[in-house]
Amino acid sequence: MGFKLIWNTLKQRMRMVFPAQPEKNLEPDMLYDMFYSILTTRPDEIGCDECFEQLDRFIEITLAGKNAAEAMPLVQDHLDRCADCREEFEALLAALRAVA
Amino acid sequence: MTERTNQEWLAALRGPERDDALADLRAFLVRGLRYALASWPNVDEAALEDFAQDALLKILKGLDSFRGESRFTTWAQKIAVHVAFTELRRLRWRDVSLNGLKESRDIDFVPNTMVDPSAGPEKQAMQRQVLSTLRRLIETELTDKQRQALVAARLHGMPIEEIARRMGSNRNALYKLLYDARQRLKKHLLAEGLSLQDVLAAFES
Repeated sequence: MGFKLIWNTLKQRMRMVFPAQPEKNLEPDMLYDMFYSILTTRPDEIGCDECFEQLDRFIEITLAGKNAAEAMPLVQDHLDRCADCREEFEALLAALRAVA
Repeated sequence: MTERTNQEWLAALRGPERDDALADLRAFLVRGLRYALASWPNVDEAALEDFAQDALLKILKGLDSFRGESRFTTWAQKIAVHVAFTELRRLRWRDVSLNGLKESRDIDFVPNTMVDPSAGPEKQAMQRQVLSTLRRLIETELTDKQRQALVAARLHGMPIEEIARRMGSNRNALYKLLYDARQRLKKHLLAEGLSLQDVLAAFES
């Protein structure tokens, strides 16, 4: 999505201009992430449980070198939004790649 | 480790001689967890073994729910990673209470300082408007729970599982709570004429 690229560029620029005050306010990154996540909220989002259910299928598509985001876009969308699930996905990917 | 098909795994784990299969699976999970948890400090071999053991219990209990949509080992490793992360997050956050976190109105949650001093006066005014709108909407349009969860997740980086634990809820329900918050904020932002394009335009140079 074109917006993502623009948001990331904007965040990088702002990061250089504004000092962060941890725990007192949102850092520029966090503010933009929040705006982005709010304004791209969609009616068909899936929750963590459903993402977890489908994650093994999603990850095998990834391991096969195919485009899992295209095959399972709602899982990808959830992973983009949910830091907890994304963290687990990345860890699982590392594990499966290593023991393959 | 013996290579097994999904059917062979299920049969072996349900059968009378499941010890071999269990041993193989345990070793597999431990190997994988070692990589999965590489970025966590203080995870020793004993911890890996504990996580693998907890995972095995869950896996055995949930054998009937395995739908064969992926390899059995993938499914099992997924469960192990989840078990490990849940416990590690619990430990990392155990001393942090939800009510101990500052409320959004007591801090500069949506900071005024985010206005770009190098932008022209018109742009700065737009930026100020965008920021104050979001600040106001967070204070007035969300339920207390939604606001509390938003601040905990966004500002403090508290895992939603941990927020859920403190609210007597579960992870899925917390995702839904934050989703509802986002929907509300989106609806009001759009009603006040602030789309994604508008916010971008306000902050671009």
